[in-house]
Amino acid sequence: MAVVFEKTKGLTDIPFHYCPGCTHGIVHRLVAEVMEELGVLDKAIGVAPVGCAVFAYEYFNCDMQEAAHGRAPAVATGIKRVHPDKVVFTYQGDGDLAAIGTAETVHAAARGENITVIFVNNAIYGMTGGQMAPTSLIGQETLTTPYGRKPENNGYPVKMCEMLSTLDGASYIERVSVYDVKHILQAKKAIKNAFTAQLNKKGFSMIEVLSSCPTNWGLSPNEALKCIKDNMEPYYPLGVYKNTLEEVK
Amino acid sequence: MAKVLMKGNEALAEAAIQAGCRHYFGYPITPQNEVTAYMAKRMPEVGGVFLQAESEVSAINMVYGAGGAGARVLITSSSPGISLMQEGISYIAGAEVPCVIANIMRGGPGLGGIQPSQSDYFQATKGGGHGDYKLIVLAPSTIQEMADLVQQAFDIADKYRNPVMILGDGMLGQMMEPVDFDSIKKGENHIEEKTWATTGMGTRKKKNIINSLELDPQILEKHNIGLFKKYEKASKEEVRYEMINCEDAEIILVAYGTIARVVKNVIELAKRENIKVGLIRPVSLWPFPVEPFEKTVDHVKGYLSIEMSMGQMVEDVKLAVNGRKPVYFYGRAGGMVPETDAILEEIRKISGGAK
Amino acid sequence: MMERIKMKQVIFNESLCKSCELCVEACPKHIIEMDLDRLNVKGYHPAMIKPENMEKCISCGFCAIMCPDTVITVIK
Repeated sequence: MAVVFEKTKGLTDIPFHYCPGCTHGIVHRLVAEVMEELGVLDKAIGVAPVGCAVFAYEYFNCDMQEAAHGRAPAVATGIKRVHPDKVVFTYQGDGDLAAIGTAETVHAAARGENITVIFVNNAIYGMTGGQMAPTSLIGQETLTTPYGRKPENNGYPVKMCEMLSTLDGASYIERVSVYDVKHILQAKKAIKNAFTAQLNKKGFSMIEVLSSCPTNWGLSPNEALKCIKDNMEPYYPLGVYKNTLEEVK
Repeated sequence: MAKVLMKGNEALAEAAIQAGCRHYFGYPITPQNEVTAYMAKRMPEVGGVFLQAESEVSAINMVYGAGGAGARVLITSSSPGISLMQEGISYIAGAEVPCVIANIMRGGPGLGGIQPSQSDYFQATKGGGHGDYKLIVLAPSTIQEMADLVQQAFDIADKYRNPVMILGDGMLGQMMEPVDFDSIKKGENHIEEKTWATTGMGTRKKKNIINSLELDPQILEKHNIGLFKKYEKASKEEVRYEMINCEDAEIILVAYGTIARVVKNVIELAKRENIKVGLIRPVSLWPFPVEPFEKTVDHVKGYLSIEMSMGQMVEDVKLAVNGRKPVYFYGRAGGMVPETDAILEEIRKISGGAK
Repeated sequence: MMERIKMKQVIFNESLCKSCELCVEACPKHIIEMDLDRLNVKGYHPAMIKPENMEKCISCGFCAIMCPDTVITVIK
């Protein structure tokens, strides 16, 4: 008898509050699995965002701090400067990271802070009921763009991986998705690379995960996963945008 | 270290280092730039961390992270920057993270000016950030006192797991006076005693969470009540004030910080005109010292609050006096400093029976 | 209280299931279905594999990898 799959020790026993089919559950698990496999759970300190994942501090089996909206990279900077030998990560959504927290995100990357940022991009503000996000697509109907996002009023979606990859302080940046098993396994590899960059003191690492919001997209969970592939991926190409790890191709 | 002639801003920084602070996050703003410059040089000397953040918003959140991780942290700014920090301060208080914040006040509102003021009294003592919380606020009047209070601020912050504010002003930040650091009890950061801090679980069975979110109103109310039990204790144990010449004073001036120095001169001048003037100098602005008012309200004719503002501390004076005697106000704003002659004139008016 | 229905190779921790059906789509052998005859403690139809379909399972673990709520444990 061999265990093919069992729940990681990196997650607590508290059941996730996320909507059915929400990819947050998958991404949380991948981060937790990576930390367990790298053997860093006992020295990990995570920073939770404001957004659907606001309770992330309940789910990860390590010390956690809850941050104000957007400020997680600054909070993580403070923690990492006090405990440079610990593994410090943030877990943020698109409002947290690409709207209110853009300055904190950009400057943590510019400074090359040895932290790992997990960016869950589902092109919408889930927790507050489905408003437009900076990463919402042109034409996407949301609570605050009921006629579809129009560039003349709301501008264009923001590509964070592309932007941050221009910074010398960024060491590992990759965009992944979780819409099928193949992509989930690639996402896990990417997350492992990001944490490895931190362990090797290479600088700032970020993994952007194209994710779904079935509830606010008005789709079933499986339809929502297909929507990521069909609509988000063409605008947000998957791949490695910055890599200073010698060991990883 | 013998007595050193130091600028207020630099004494503030050095006192923090001697109190065991090894993490400073800040952002340039006049008139406290000497703090960031001093810390940039001094922190590496003691193996500490100096980080200039991209904004005060970011810096206060670094403080929240570092303080939550168990460090003794200092952040300094001036009025507009302190406004930016209010969100962070509310989170820090709600999550019970210790830290020291110094506001070197300048003229406001808005971009205002760079000359000294005391117009952030409300912001410091009545909230500033959202929610029910208090900062313990200390106001030095000399550079030596600045250094003394910084040391005490770190101890108080750790004692209550609450942010503590040093309220200074541009004049105090810029002037130079001798400071004797040896006379101050040295401090250390006993991080191992901070069993609540996020230091990585290690062999700890229970994880630590630094958080101010609680959606269950019953639990959140309990939390608020718990915070206020702390504040009740602080109201009894952290009151600080000075009284000069109050025993038989006819008029008592109430002033703090730099203005108290001006007022001390006025007392002498008034004596020559046979007007008995005393001074109540609050050193803790929160908890506001009620005791000196109780001791004097029966025999005094009236109180005169003197501030570099349009009238903020005067409201606390009125609360303390509670209608028993008249409370007057004289102030200057925008960076103007009340002059001894003008204050004397106000005293004459009150003494002569003018209301 | 965990309701555990122990299948030969795939264990569903039913009380956590939210009926999202990601596992149904992910299974290459198409042997997972929602149990429309029952509701779990949350009020969802939990995912399950009929006993007669269990032998078709190839222990790939795709269902568990896809599940956002760590409902599934796979043992070979």
